[in-house]
Amino acid sequence: MDTNQPAINDLSISIATENGTGSASANNVLFKAIFKMGVPCSSKNMFPSNIQGLPTWYQIRASAEGYMARKDAIDVMVMFNDATAAKDIYRVRDGGIIVYDDSTPLAANLKRDGVQYFGVPANKLIQKIVPASPLRTKQRNMVYVGVLAALFGIDMETIKAVLQDTFGKKPAVIESNLVCIEAGFNHVTEKGYSQSIARLQSIPNGNKGKIITEGNTACALGAIYGGASVVAWYPITPSSSLAEALEHYMPRLRKKDGKATYAIVQAEDEIAAAGMIAGAGWAGARAMTSTSGPGLSLMNETIGLAYFAEIPCVFFIIQRGGPSTGLPTRTQQADIQLMYYASHGDTRHIILIPHDMKSSFDFARRSFDVAERFQTPVFVMMDLDLGMNLWSSEPLKLDTAPFDRGNVLSAADLEQWEKQGKKFRRYFDYAGDGLTYRTIPGNPSRKAAYFTRGSGHDADARYSEDEKDYKDTLDRLRRKFETARDYVPKPIVDRHEGVKTGLVCFGSSYEAVREARDRLRASGLRINHLLLRALPLTEESRDFLAAHDVVYLVEQNRDAQMASIFKDEWPELAAKIVSVLVYNGLPVSTGEVVQQIKSHQANGRKGIEEWQETKRIASI
Amino acid sequence: MAGDKANRLNLTEKDYEGAASTMCRGCGHDAISASIMRAFFESSIDPRKVVKLSGIGCSSKTPAYFLGQSFGFNAVHGRMSAVATGANLANHTLIPVGVSGDGDTAAIGLGNFCHMMRRNVNITYVVENNGVYGLTKGQFSATADKGSVMKGGKINDIPALDLCELAIILGATYVARSFSGDRKQLAPLVQGAFAHKGSAILDVISPCVTFNNHEGSTKSMKYVKDHLDPIHDIDFIPSYENIEIDYQEGTDHAVTLHDGSRIVLHKLNGDYDPTNRMAALQMIHAAVAEGKFLTGLIYYDPNRVEFAEELNLGDTPLAELGQDMLQPPAEALDRINADFMK
Repeated sequence: MDTNQPAINDLSISIATENGTGSASANNVLFKAIFKMGVPCSSKNMFPSNIQGLPTWYQIRASAEGYMARKDAIDVMVMFNDATAAKDIYRVRDGGIIVYDDSTPLAANLKRDGVQYFGVPANKLIQKIVPASPLRTKQRNMVYVGVLAALFGIDMETIKAVLQDTFGKKPAVIESNLVCIEAGFNHVTEKGYSQSIARLQSIPNGNKGKIITEGNTACALGAIYGGASVVAWYPITPSSSLAEALEHYMPRLRKKDGKATYAIVQAEDEIAAAGMIAGAGWAGARAMTSTSGPGLSLMNETIGLAYFAEIPCVFFIIQRGGPSTGLPTRTQQADIQLMYYASHGDTRHIILIPHDMKSSFDFARRSFDVAERFQTPVFVMMDLDLGMNLWSSEPLKLDTAPFDRGNVLSAADLEQWEKQGKKFRRYFDYAGDGLTYRTIPGNPSRKAAYFTRGSGHDADARYSEDEKDYKDTLDRLRRKFETARDYVPKPIVDRHEGVKTGLVCFGSSYEAVREARDRLRASGLRINHLLLRALPLTEESRDFLAAHDVVYLVEQNRDAQMASIFKDEWPELAAKIVSVLVYNGLPVSTGEVVQQIKSHQANGRKGIEEWQETKRIASI
Repeated sequence: MAGDKANRLNLTEKDYEGAASTMCRGCGHDAISASIMRAFFESSIDPRKVVKLSGIGCSSKTPAYFLGQSFGFNAVHGRMSAVATGANLANHTLIPVGVSGDGDTAAIGLGNFCHMMRRNVNITYVVENNGVYGLTKGQFSATADKGSVMKGGKINDIPALDLCELAIILGATYVARSFSGDRKQLAPLVQGAFAHKGSAILDVISPCVTFNNHEGSTKSMKYVKDHLDPIHDIDFIPSYENIEIDYQEGTDHAVTLHDGSRIVLHKLNGDYDPTNRMAALQMIHAAVAEGKFLTGLIYYDPNRVEFAEELNLGDTPLAELGQDMLQPPAEALDRINADFMK
């Protein structure tokens, strides 16, 4: 990069702090200020599974081109955590900048060549300007906000506006934060610090109409607008914030005449949460839970019950690093098969896969339609990156289409059926599509009741160990799954004729893959792109595989779980798939995708293997 | 066995029957099913308003054998309480009757059971307690008494878990123990449970005639009969019967239930107030120490509200709310979007 020509609105900042020190507020102010300037930006929070005292990194990316993925090269490292400083100095790229607290002199081992150091005596400053209180140390992080603002061109008016938006009702809090930010800002001016790697410039109306939210909130709102009425959940990172968003918004949005049109239960464990939504779905409510890998493991038995007894219910799965406790605060897509084949016995489940805030909202709303249409558990596959990081997005948009409640027979319907000489048989496949009719407990017709069970049953819901009944049921459930292919969201395909290389991704990988695609195209590789949005797979994915010689399938797990599902579905096309795997627990970066594909282009599968073995753990 | 007598809904006992039972001949569970049917009949409850729930085990099969006109849900092992909680929230206007066993409730499902009692979810929760796993052929359960002998001669040396004691501690609001063979006592207790809004637990000793009916077992038919200790005779007076009770001062105790029905306890066992929690626990302890099966309404709390009310649910069940009630207006989403732009 030409050091005399700063990059405009193309900047990545990594902020290293200790968790529990108030850095979340400081980082939020910084991020929102850049957003307010109209610069497209994204943030990634790499936090520990801990309350206080462990390292945390917050990465902000400003991208004039609107790319939201984590950037490989860190331009600026804010080194405010002594515990990680020795490593942090090497996380910044050559030619980059390190901001550190020079209240005490920089230790010799924290000096390196090829980067610019800017010191700010944050500790000393706050001693001077913040009245002594146990909370004083929490103000220290506000100082670097001022330093970065001065260095990169965020004006104080924007910062003040963000403080107003954030702490509007607490003028004292605004003031106490502002003095610290100003102290940092003024320090840069007084010292005459300057840099020429990047500048942030306001873009008039650049983010006009855009919102910032997290996927968990978007899912919660989608569920509320989708009519979710019974929610049972158990706290687990990174899914708790979804249920907590429900607890926040439900009382505001879902009351009639002072009464709740919802019930939220914090269950005693995930087994109970799953049981509750199975019971609620059976009794006619739109029922949901949210959980993460360990919770999903516990819910498996009940998911099998809901599958076999054909009960609608929705599971929001916010994936994190597994197996076991794994990395509770890091991201993965490693529970795909646990969802797809959840429970013992032959099962396959419908999974909706959002990739951004809008689809999180839309698919959350839609998941209840799918669950009731197919009378089965439906998964909404999220992950920590999508669920808990802030993403900018077009506004959430309400779909007022009628809810699809599926094949439900009222007492009047049953009467009508009787007149037509038609008998209600709970598990009978009237149309040959595997879908059946159900009645809801409380139905006043004497013909309505049936007995639900997870044990073997016949088409009339009677207990049966008969081999034909059993096989018929299994086959019909499979038929139902086949029918779902026409109903789930189709992939979004970006395809040009004559191109023989394809790229497939899903979920939170989308942003990195979109950018990787553009970069690969810019470097001369002609490549088509398919964004998968649901399981079961549909013909569009098959066509895409068939039309290309090589298809790169990007996923965030070690064992290529999604690729296995593709290969199982279409073994004749399996050889075309080349897996691009990222599984270090961090949000996918563009470089990790580009480098693997280039390695394969140059050296085939061996090239990718070598990359996995030798290349890198992406920097924070 | 069904009589021709009709109840207030003009239904006969036959209308409360279910499929033919597949229990062993002489199983206590069938007697309990008969008491449940009798209770529904006597209380003139519309079977279409009832949901039957169960877990897994012999006892959990029995809801298929009564109230064939009611919806039923035979769930997975130990999870009836969770499933019933969800069903109750979806439609709190239905009358839930849960049937479970000592393995289902006191072992695999203990955690979920505890929290259901804690929440005071409205249910009539019948445990058919025989101290043994029947379907898997005779292993001890968590309610097997210390010193009780298994069919093969193995002696249980871990103390039994007392579900009534536990339920009282956890916050259940109607706690009774009975014996499958005592329909005169059991049927009115079940009727009382139906009339009660909240968690009503009935721990019913129900000897397993196949795997736990031998010499040395403390849950054999003979042993149980020899050690029964009823604390009172019970009459159930439905809300619609406005009759004067022949009330014996000092020895009778009337309990008014949530729907206005009354249970009259004719005391056999000194002065006992079932609303006194500590007294209830003490009495259970004393009976256990003496090796007796205390039966009757052990504890009753008229004051706690049921879970659905705690959650501020309206009269219309959540399951019956349409899109107009469930989908907030678009303007509210516009406001949220505006918040997210800040």
